[in-house]
Amino acid sequence: MDRRIRVLVGKPGLDGHDRGAKVVAAALRDAGMEVIYTGLHQTPEMIVEAAVQEDVDVVALSVLSGAHLTVFPRVRALLEERGAGHKLLTGGGIIPDEDIEMLKQKGVGRLFGPGTNTSDIVEYIREWARTHAHSEG
Amino acid sequence: MDPLVERVLQGEKSALARVISRIENREPQAVALLDELFLHQKAAPRIGVTGPPGAGKSTLVTGLIRILREQGHRVGVVAVDPTSPFSGGAVLGDRVRMNEVALDPGVFIRSMATRGSLGGLASTSREVCEALDAFGSDRILLETVGVGQSELDVAQAADSTVVVVVPESGDSVQALKAGLMEIADIFVVNKADREGADRMVHDLESALSLKNWKDRWKPPVLKTVASRGEGIREVNEALERHAAWQLETGQLSHRRRESVGARILELTREAVTRAVLAKAGRPELEARVDAVLKGVESPYRAAERWAAELLDTANAPSP
Repeated sequence: MDRRIRVLVGKPGLDGHDRGAKVVAAALRDAGMEVIYTGLHQTPEMIVEAAVQEDVDVVALSVLSGAHLTVFPRVRALLEERGAGHKLLTGGGIIPDEDIEMLKQKGVGRLFGPGTNTSDIVEYIREWARTHAHSEG
Repeated sequence: MDPLVERVLQGEKSALARVISRIENREPQAVALLDELFLHQKAAPRIGVTGPPGAGKSTLVTGLIRILREQGHRVGVVAVDPTSPFSGGAVLGDRVRMNEVALDPGVFIRSMATRGSLGGLASTSREVCEALDAFGSDRILLETVGVGQSELDVAQAADSTVVVVVPESGDSVQALKAGLMEIADIFVVNKADREGADRMVHDLESALSLKNWKDRWKPPVLKTVASRGEGIREVNEALERHAAWQLETGQLSHRRRESVGARILELTREAVTRAVLAKAGRPELEARVDAVLKGVESPYRAAERWAAELLDTANAPSP
């Protein structure tokens, strides 16, 4: 068998800054993961559709526009709707601590802020995959 | 019937996605799933798209999807990108260009990493096409890695192969002659609004004119500006002509026969190699490596002797 952790990296919304997303994508690749990079200006619907078709384990979103309180819960809800609630939803951006806490309550995984070391993200996803992935039918 | 297969046949995308992962990961259940799916295939035409990096393959594929959807076809896409030989990871970015068709319910796109395969496709891309076919795709598009010359897998996996180049590929026509010239059923000079497009077309046509095309399909050379959707309709029409020609001349069944034969051989070779290593084990191989390194025999002799021994054992009457 030849399993790899598959991660969708996407940028929802209107801001055009994808450098962070690209750096993370490259770091995950270098850690041996398969990264589906969907690019800029993604709607939550597009993100979830891609996540389903690509059968990813993890959905990682970069949100710098301040829309995180809308985007993350919406993606979470759509994933549930498509029977893909077992996937990890994580991400990063400029997100205040109290919002991180609120999103956590809504089933969103860890969210990483500016200055995060990419190895922390890699380790977080690996650890999650060790304990969760491939359990679904 | 496997419940997962049932869900695929009912058109459930998440079930298809799971099946594809099982195939791609070579999970033990994959063969049984493929067996069942195989019975539900409709032999949908498979169209390969290959060419050097940056030639616009994904954009052309997106344009073709749009036209095929207008014609009412459901479309399955396999887009392959390279796995890093160092980390084993990959960034699969073909979806970036396909965003405009990503939400179309009649389109299913799957990105695949090569996972060590060198021929421009992943080693299980063909099986993924079979799953897409059983799912109900009427047309299947296969986009290769795009390394330029080692894209021969696609010609075997697809019924029609489109080779995409750009005007700047000019100097590489010499190189194209070696690999890509032989596998193209249709040539596309993309980004044809740039300087040098006509020259590129001329170069390709004169290279093609050196060959005798009597009773054979002569690949047309077409110009596109895929980013603006220009010329894609003509590419689709050429694909339709090629499909009709193949059907008329019996080339289609010939090509598929060859392709299935090659695939069986390839899979048998893999299975035999796996079985040999599982049975004889690594030490057996290492012993032969030692012999070669000590200068006792050449690798060719070692391989020949090993194969002969294996066949002897296989043919020996069982006690």
